Amino acid sequence: MSFINTQKNIRLKLLSLYYKANAGHIACSLSCIDLLIALFEIKKINERVILSKGHAAGALYTILNHTTEINDETLDTFYKNGTKLSAHPSANSFTNIPFALGSLGHGFPIGCGIAYANKLQKNDDLVFILMSDGETNEGTTWEAAHFATSKKLDNLIVLIDKNNLQGFGYTKDVLGDSADFYKWESLGFDVVEEDGHSVEKLILNIKNFSTKKNGKPKLIIANTIKGKGVSFMENKLEWHYLPMNTEIYHKAIQSIEENYYA
Amino acid sequence: MRNEFSKKIEEILENQVNTVFITGDLGFNAFEKIQEISGDRFINAGVAEQNMVGVAAGLAYKGFETFTYSIAPFAVYRCFEQIKIDVCIHNLPVYIVGNGGGYGYGIMGATHHAIEDIGCLSMLPNMTCWIPAFTEDIEYCLNQITSLKKPAYLRLGLGKLYPKKITISSINQIIKSKINKITIIALGPIVHNVLEAISEFNDVDLFTILTVPLVDFNEDLINSITKTKKIIVIEEHVERGGLGEHILAKITKNSLKIDHFISLHAKGYPSKLYGNQLFHQTESGLNPENIKKEISLLKEI
Repeated sequence: MSFINTQKNIRLKLLSLYYKANAGHIACSLSCIDLLIALFEIKKINERVILSKGHAAGALYTILNHTTEINDETLDTFYKNGTKLSAHPSANSFTNIPFALGSLGHGFPIGCGIAYANKLQKNDDLVFILMSDGETNEGTTWEAAHFATSKKLDNLIVLIDKNNLQGFGYTKDVLGDSADFYKWESLGFDVVEEDGHSVEKLILNIKNFSTKKNGKPKLIIANTIKGKGVSFMENKLEWHYLPMNTEIYHKAIQSIEENYYA
Repeated sequence: MRNEFSKKIEEILENQVNTVFITGDLGFNAFEKIQEISGDRFINAGVAEQNMVGVAAGLAYKGFETFTYSIAPFAVYRCFEQIKIDVCIHNLPVYIVGNGGGYGYGIMGATHHAIEDIGCLSMLPNMTCWIPAFTEDIEYCLNQITSLKKPAYLRLGLGKLYPKKITISSINQIIKSKINKITIIALGPIVHNVLEAISEFNDVDLFTILTVPLVDFNEDLINSITKTKKIIVIEEHVERGGLGEHILAKITKNSLKIDHFISLHAKGYPSKLYGNQLFHQTESGLNPENIKKEISLLKEI
């Protein structure tokens, strides 16, 4: 099954969302949107995706619009006064936005708690945590990673959106590669590293992981491109922050049309 | 209070299968039985308090009332943002337990003291701080916390038994004098210093308050304040954000007229010297002798 139309349409919706809001965080949403497509394609109704990189809220809202949990009217309130859709996810409005997230390093511990609870309740639900590679700088990442391995949370699947850029530089230049395959493997995670823009491969790997009850938490290091799909935004730090004017918005649409054709 | 706390927690965990207890690697010689009773519902989260609170929030989201336990400063400050966002904003039943509030850990030094904990936590949405003063208050506080099922902080210290049996509530009158001239309100086990200080007086009303933010003043407290118009608030906590400020706000809100208000509170480390809990209490004027002096002075005004 090809997801190219979904990948394209959701990207167009995402651009429209950020354009109307005149807001930034476009490139970091584009880098993880294929991960979200795969996760919401595969997750069961009671399973939760914890978007720990809360600054990609626009991507989450667009996916939840795609799954019909957020209707168009509500989506249009993004960034406006009185909205339920703040720039980072807020709590207590939607089932699939279970926590307010956006201060980095919070989602992984919370996900560990949910995974531990699933074990206590003896259900087979998985927990998915989507983090950014910059986020792995946070100390809680390492607290939670050791918790997850020591408590044998094999129902936990962590995805790192590894786009190699963080707030003010390349991750390799800031604190080094804290999303390195061997670091995580030596901690006791089952790790795969793969193309984070191939929805098909992601689904396959998540399915493989979901049946692997071996006492080890799972990690997908998803190699992604910041701004993926809009050629002139790709691998550009400034598109973490910049909003689009009308001219740039139209160019961005055109770039998506060119890059995603079935 | 830790032993009484352990006993009550054993009872809760034995009877409530949807309760989880997480410790930040502490509890030697106290929590072994809890561990034995609870099985997988007892978690040692290691020396990692931020993760401990995040995990607690995840468990609470899935329907488990969850206790987290550490020495008070580590239970509160290290993981303050997790308490604020993960727990309080979502109004989850996570119960933070801090042992040795105030200068409780004495000679262990400044790292182990918690004299700003109540100020910090009482600002957070949905949070109630519970500060038992007497040993029996532990059971009362835990019963309240587990029935309210919302964020809570329990500050443990060194308690003693009530001098006489009373029906415990959020505001308790410990001593009711016939010729009341001064109203004293104490927070937590510092009340035992107050009891020592006032042993020779027969004109002092003494109250304890177990929760911050405060519940409404009860009739006994309003009557006492209205009569004495002289109040001393005593707490092992800094002035800012402490009980004294909460009391003053409540007095204003209730339009009560008072003539004198004295706040005796923790002053940090004024001499830059360290010692046991009583040493630090004395440095802050919270020792029985100084409390007695302050009362005597106020009586003469």
